Amino acid sequence: MSLLTLKNKKFTRRSKEDRVFDTINVFLVALIVILVMYPLYFIVIASFSDPNMIYEGKVWLLPKEITFEGYERIFRDSKIWLGYKNSLIYTVVGTIVNVSFTLMAAYALSRKDLYGRNVIMFLFLMTMFFSGGLIPTYLVVKNLGLLNTMWALILPKAVAVWNVIVAKTYFESSIPNELLEAAKMDGCSDAKFFWKIVLPLSKPIVAVMVLFYAVGHWNSYFDALIYLNNENLYPLQLILRNILIQNEASTMMISDLESLAAKQRVSELIKYGVIIVASVPLLIVYPFVQKYFVKGVMIGGIKG
Amino acid sequence: MEIARKADPVINSTTTVKKGLKLKKILTNYQLYLFLLPALIYFIVFHYVPMYGVLIAFKDFVATKGIMGSPWVGFKHFERFFDSYQFWSLIKNTLGLSVTQLVVGFPLPIFLALMLNQMRSEKSKRFVQTVVYAPHFISVVVLAGMIYVFFSNNGLINNLILMFGGDPISFMAKPEWFKPLYIASGVWQETGWAAIIYLAALAGVSPELHEAAIMDGANKWQRIFHVDIPAIMPTAVILLILSVGSIMNIGFEKAYLLQTPMNQPSAEIIPTYVYKMGLQQAQYSFAAAVGLFNAVINLILLVAVNKFAKRLSGTGLW
Repeated sequence: MSLLTLKNKKFTRRSKEDRVFDTINVFLVALIVILVMYPLYFIVIASFSDPNMIYEGKVWLLPKEITFEGYERIFRDSKIWLGYKNSLIYTVVGTIVNVSFTLMAAYALSRKDLYGRNVIMFLFLMTMFFSGGLIPTYLVVKNLGLLNTMWALILPKAVAVWNVIVAKTYFESSIPNELLEAAKMDGCSDAKFFWKIVLPLSKPIVAVMVLFYAVGHWNSYFDALIYLNNENLYPLQLILRNILIQNEASTMMISDLESLAAKQRVSELIKYGVIIVASVPLLIVYPFVQKYFVKGVMIGGIKG
Repeated sequence: MEIARKADPVINSTTTVKKGLKLKKILTNYQLYLFLLPALIYFIVFHYVPMYGVLIAFKDFVATKGIMGSPWVGFKHFERFFDSYQFWSLIKNTLGLSVTQLVVGFPLPIFLALMLNQMRSEKSKRFVQTVVYAPHFISVVVLAGMIYVFFSNNGLINNLILMFGGDPISFMAKPEWFKPLYIASGVWQETGWAAIIYLAALAGVSPELHEAAIMDGANKWQRIFHVDIPAIMPTAVILLILSVGSIMNIGFEKAYLLQTPMNQPSAEIIPTYVYKMGLQQAQYSFAAAVGLFNAVINLILLVAVNKFAKRLSGTGLW
């Protein structure tokens, strides 16, 4: 949009109808923002409030009878920290595998001179629409001897077809063919070209891939549920599930409490606390990397 | 191909040399094939081998005998599934959940994108976007945990109900509340994120179209209908095909977490049933048959919808 039209847009008088429209629109959007934010905000204040105040419905906008007991118990619990550590390892190793496999494959497929690329692309795409299902996949993982190892969480999810498409689209549109020809003239090999020229030119797409995959690893619990039964290998999300849904792991954290009422009170507090502890890292980083996520969705969408 | 033709059109015209060129092309690009190798091995091992492994649905699978050694039983497991008392309730729950999710969840991101697109202040628009995208990054475990604490007997929602003079509801124990909770939490988490793609389509609308419409005296409401909505139509069609095509693929993860012993009658869906039968009770063949049934229905739906959409609007996946 040119500067002139921008200015015009600002200074044209809106009709009465349009002003009514804008007012209603702003009101509705504000309502949506509140609906989205309030549950998150409530969790934050509830994690600092005395659970009895929540039960009695006295906590709405500000924490009441502030207590740090929930956090103290969470930070003392070794299971949660072990889960944090495990999740961190799985996320880092998994993301490295994901990103390297995906980018290499995507680059190769983006090259128009790759003989058979349509066939290979078709092989990849097919898996989006039909799969053997849970049981046959489980049997493969089992037969490979991956059960109860970190690799059960990483290898079966090594490449996401969608991300290959996104990266391939990006390479096709942003690496000019002339560059490759010039490099070839100078005797540059494909591997060297990819490493020295393509990757440095593709930082945004590398960021997109790292973020997509990392969030996926950090948030997933299902693979751990089916492939792991050694508690020492549990990622954070599985431990969270036991605390939040099964009411389980928190028995460890509240074993010193005598009465049932006190136990219930504190385990409720712990629930609010662990939600915060588990989500905070992502929610803090997110506003700064948001543009990369959005970019990833858009590249995928254009092709889509 | 193109490069080769440019390089030497004469050689290219004879087929024998062409074959040689093909081989040469593969050889000169061997590094690219090496690049492809890890992903290719991955897809073969973790996608195509399981597709072969799905044969156990037609066999009585015994782990020690392997897939080939186990005896064929034809459609025995399918028949058992069709005849089981749970069959119709599973179909009803699975379809009911995904169709409702589609009907409720599909239009909302479009509305949100249209509304955001009409906001006059870029700054507040960006703020709203940051807020509404955020829930997408919350893990499904945390989301389910939030539902449990908000909808527990002494939770936030029941306090609200009490405040307005109603009677508390034990949401997690009532089968009829499973679906609303599942759908509403999905809307809360994904609507903002799903709007991104429509916002991108709207950003691509040429400003001249809007200017011309303003010249003709169109108000905002009319411009939404005659400029914005036609502009996002192709995107919407593609996304609709994709979502109808995955209608039986409703996520295992959230449904499983939201299941309680009390809401089972409406919360048991095909994926959770496959998990319980297959992995908890080790009835591999039966569970694989149920899973295969699901996958085939899905594939048929996808192909049908794609055909239908192509005839109707000219846009399709392939």
